[in-house]
Amino acid sequence: MPSHDVLVIGAGLAGQRAALAAAEQGVSVGIVSKVHPVRSHSNAAQGGINAALNPDDTWESHAFDTVKGSDYLGDQDAIEIMAREAPEEILHMEHLGVTFHRNEEGKLGTRAFGGASAARTYYVADITGQAIMHVLYEQLMKYSEQITRYEEWFSSSLAIDEKGECCGVVTRNVADGSMELFQAKSVILATGGSGQIWKPTTNALICTGDGIAMAYRVGAKLMDMEMIQYHPTTLAGKGFLITEGARGEGALLLNKNGERFMEKYAPNKMELASRDVVSRAEQTEIDEGRGFPDGTVALDITVVPKKRIHEALREIVLVGRDFAGVDITREPIHIKPGNHYTMGGVKTDVEGRTDIPGLYAAGEVACVSVHGGNRLGANSLLDTLIFGKHSGRDAAARALRTDWSKPSGKVLEDEQAMVDDINGRAKGSGRRVSEIKLELGQAMDSKVAVFRDEAGITEALETVRRLKEEAKTAYIDDHGQVFNQDLMGAIELGYMLDCAECSCIGALERKESRGAQYRTDYPERNDEEWLKHINLEKTDDGPEISYSEVTITQWQPEARTY
Amino acid sequence: MAEYTIKVRRYQPESGEPAYWEEFGVELDPSLSVLDGLLQAKDRDDGSLAVRCSCRAAICGSCGMKINGKSGLGCQTQIGEAQEAADKKASAVGGAAEGNVIVIEPMGNMPVIKDLVTDMESTHWTKIRRVTPWLLPHGEPPEREYIVEPESMVDITQSMACIQCGACVSSCLSMEADPLFVGPAALAKAYRFVGDPRDAETSERLTDLAHDPHGIYDCTHCFSCVDACPKGVAPMDQIMRLRRKAGEHGIEDPNSGHSHEMAFVKIIEKKGTLDESLLLQESFAPGVLGKLMPTKRAIKEMIGSLPTAIRGIKTGKMRSLPKLIPGVHHKLPGGAQDEVKAIYKHAEEHNEEFNLYIKGEEGDEEAAVAAGLEPAGAPGAEEGSNG
Repeated sequence: MPSHDVLVIGAGLAGQRAALAAAEQGVSVGIVSKVHPVRSHSNAAQGGINAALNPDDTWESHAFDTVKGSDYLGDQDAIEIMAREAPEEILHMEHLGVTFHRNEEGKLGTRAFGGASAARTYYVADITGQAIMHVLYEQLMKYSEQITRYEEWFSSSLAIDEKGECCGVVTRNVADGSMELFQAKSVILATGGSGQIWKPTTNALICTGDGIAMAYRVGAKLMDMEMIQYHPTTLAGKGFLITEGARGEGALLLNKNGERFMEKYAPNKMELASRDVVSRAEQTEIDEGRGFPDGTVALDITVVPKKRIHEALREIVLVGRDFAGVDITREPIHIKPGNHYTMGGVKTDVEGRTDIPGLYAAGEVACVSVHGGNRLGANSLLDTLIFGKHSGRDAAARALRTDWSKPSGKVLEDEQAMVDDINGRAKGSGRRVSEIKLELGQAMDSKVAVFRDEAGITEALETVRRLKEEAKTAYIDDHGQVFNQDLMGAIELGYMLDCAECSCIGALERKESRGAQYRTDYPERNDEEWLKHINLEKTDDGPEISYSEVTITQWQPEARTY
Repeated sequence: MAEYTIKVRRYQPESGEPAYWEEFGVELDPSLSVLDGLLQAKDRDDGSLAVRCSCRAAICGSCGMKINGKSGLGCQTQIGEAQEAADKKASAVGGAAEGNVIVIEPMGNMPVIKDLVTDMESTHWTKIRRVTPWLLPHGEPPEREYIVEPESMVDITQSMACIQCGACVSSCLSMEADPLFVGPAALAKAYRFVGDPRDAETSERLTDLAHDPHGIYDCTHCFSCVDACPKGVAPMDQIMRLRRKAGEHGIEDPNSGHSHEMAFVKIIEKKGTLDESLLLQESFAPGVLGKLMPTKRAIKEMIGSLPTAIRGIKTGKMRSLPKLIPGVHHKLPGGAQDEVKAIYKHAEEHNEEFNLYIKGEEGDEEAAVAAGLEPAGAPGAEEGSNG
């Protein structure tokens, strides 16, 4: 049985940062990822990473922008930690080798981003996530003696000992299908979000809510699962992301009449209002007939100087060319709000600790909550690094003071039984896994999106529950051991359905409009009743709802205008 | 919506059967990708069809494959374009002008694990680790950031743009001939550190890669990797930068790679075309001094090269014997040699690195001019010292 003091599941930015932070404490670390680490979805973060590093800027300003962006649902103690530690973390990344953009003096330069009161976004062209992640992977290679990489190992179940503490995980070696029970004193989930529940989405095919569902299944609380971000600028149909950096560089949003409609919705910040605000504005324009026939509005990047586009928005030039057939330096590109980010997730404290001793979560899988009802652009990379680091350190500290607890082999037997069950379903005995995924995605995107109401969410929930039943008999074609993606897809479908159910329950429960949750039947924010987190815990009858307080340190809720 | 037939090279390792071809009919919008086509086949017809994929947007680097024989990303290749390419290829050899199958194979130069999934660990990642792929600064880091030239960061961001998809490795002809070649991806990664002013081991890195017989001088300039790279990293250009830097650092490589390149440069400057009668001597014992007093090593190298030269003559890859007599080599007609000299002059005056990364797309001269990288109508950003 492979054993590590700290086992990290998922190898995007949060996971890699956690592994490095844990290794620094002198413990043995294993990092398990269902794809090769550099394939992780942190790659897709284009625009940059926020930090109040400029001497004119303050961490308080960054923290306040984040609090306001969260529509006051973010926990201010966590937000303070993130904003305070951001500058040091950016410098650490720079020292490790990230090729951050420089100003003329050769110092780190910034760009403007949405919802921020200062230009505090540090970036590498528009490949910031990729650039940071590849540098962290360089460090994983460098420290290969302290950190063992399990690349292409698919985790499917957490092991809990008789004391109720997390002591390992069951994973499958994708290359040969062998299943192993990994033993650990601390387990850190860093498996990312659950965007694949929606179709289309900017999220990669691997973002199937694995860690959220695994934690939920062993009794960890989930929090604010209704808070799902729709990004204002995605390509219609395909869901590809056009970075907020484009608007940061000056690009305009126009409706079909050529009107700069953000004047109506956010007269001060215009295109750089918070994402929830911009997405609602766009959706309103589209719904009221001022969009283009393909259900979009236009993003006009041609106003940005060409040199600057090629230097700072190179990836978007390629996305426009390859995926929309549009030269963004010459003509506007059609965009619409699209599913993008899971603000909710596994409830943790500021050290990444979940409700289950020994189990941590960091990054998009977690809900600390620094993003509350709406995440600011360029705060996601920051979240992964800061709380990846905290989780790694605390998980290592716990490992140093904890004895080994041997996980019961039953979890491995149960897992094998589950695999055998899926393999045993005859072709045609039920629906295809892919069909169920498609129906789920469409239901969620039509009913649990930018605008929601009780009838729609209820309908989506009913669909999810029916699909849960259908998933029990869904069959696969591949019964082999080697690289059986079909089998993994069936297991991922289970994760997705658990997450979807929780997102629906949360959306139905929160009877107000706050951040990304806009209820047309409850259009106002209601601090009296709903300035609180919604927690969900698994029971045999579905998720059980409870509440927890929002931590407020120095910023009392105010009206939120941009 | 349009209908396509994709013909996939399949290999199911547990079946005990060798690799085989299978055709799938798919139906999708021409603007969707080859990967979308594969996923449709997988979703509808056969879930056992294995293909690595994740982001669908040419950023994660999972879906490297060969499409109609060309290495690239499945998600970045529009299926309509792939159809056109298949038709063009077929009609060029007398086949049908349309309705040809789109041929999809796993990447080359790598063992196949299953269907389109290759073993990148043994071929790609092992080579990446070969180049000490992490920053090696000297001493403690500064209190704040390292102060560096802004251009230097943009410069290495071109190689940082690499998504490790392996398309360049798949297409590399040198690696086909020499599987031990460090290869385009790993050498591009090496430039990312060599070009980084924060790295303190520049000379050591260059010496290492110049002395390795499978290192920077093992590239044959075939441009396949530049063609295959979906992210504009242009690995071969990074290799050429490494070579030039090695030359600047005065690194004497046992392969005589640098002096061989210099020989090309010198001969073309003088004669306009390659006078092969001078190549050996100029490569190993350059100049009048070298000619009169060749070192022992030069003599050994020249004699050692003779079998290659003879093979070259026999197979018609070199000029016929009479033309190899020194002095027989023809001159360029008219004032053409002056034009060659003008190109050299231009290259020398523009000795500063052209930054290809921010130049924009090929042919986008307007952007390049706007970026102040080259005057309108000037020759492209070719490097002057390439062999």
